[in-house]
Amino acid sequence: MSILEIIGGLLIVIGSIFLFLGALGIYRMPDVFNRLQAGTKASTLGAMATILGVGLLAPGWIFKVLIIILFIAYSNPISSHALARAMHKRKGYMYFKDEDIDAYSEIEEKDNSEK
Amino acid sequence: MDYIIYFSLTVMTLALILAAVRFYKGPSAGDRTLALDTMTTIGVSSIVLLAYLFDRYIYLDVALVYGVLGFIGVIVIARYLEKAL
Repeated sequence: MSILEIIGGLLIVIGSIFLFLGALGIYRMPDVFNRLQAGTKASTLGAMATILGVGLLAPGWIFKVLIIILFIAYSNPISSHALARAMHKRKGYMYFKDEDIDAYSEIEEKDNSEK
Repeated sequence: MDYIIYFSLTVMTLALILAAVRFYKGPSAGDRTLALDTMTTIGVSSIVLLAYLFDRYIYLDVALVYGVLGFIGVIVIARYLEKAL
């Protein structure tokens, strides 16, 4: 076993555990914003680590693997951001109802008053 | 090295089951869309692992196209929920 295979196997195991923790956060968290927070970041890191591990195990595949990693790195935050904004505009259920931490509603009111 | 792939695929299957439970239970449409997004991400990782396990280079293209389609689907559903489509 070369050093590249050891690092690749370690990255695959770490990435799959991160994917599991992200799915556990989606299952356990109380409302949709917490689920977005817990699920998307952990699953992005897990997918990137797993795919990079495969790229280290098979060094001939590294270019296409890097393309997939780049695509995941920009597509996952965009989709979670769009989903969070949509659920906020639909007045989705919030577990923490403190008005002080809901900064986006003030920006939304300012945008609506400017129109 | 194959046992590491088997272990990772088992852990990913458990994660897929948890996301599928949230997809079934989820009280709002956003929860279901989020669970679908996570299932797509886990599926892309599983397909890349299967490409290494079966030694098929062409499966990486399948993973890339699956990721693109899942991304576009989530964006379209989010814009629809925003009443902006």
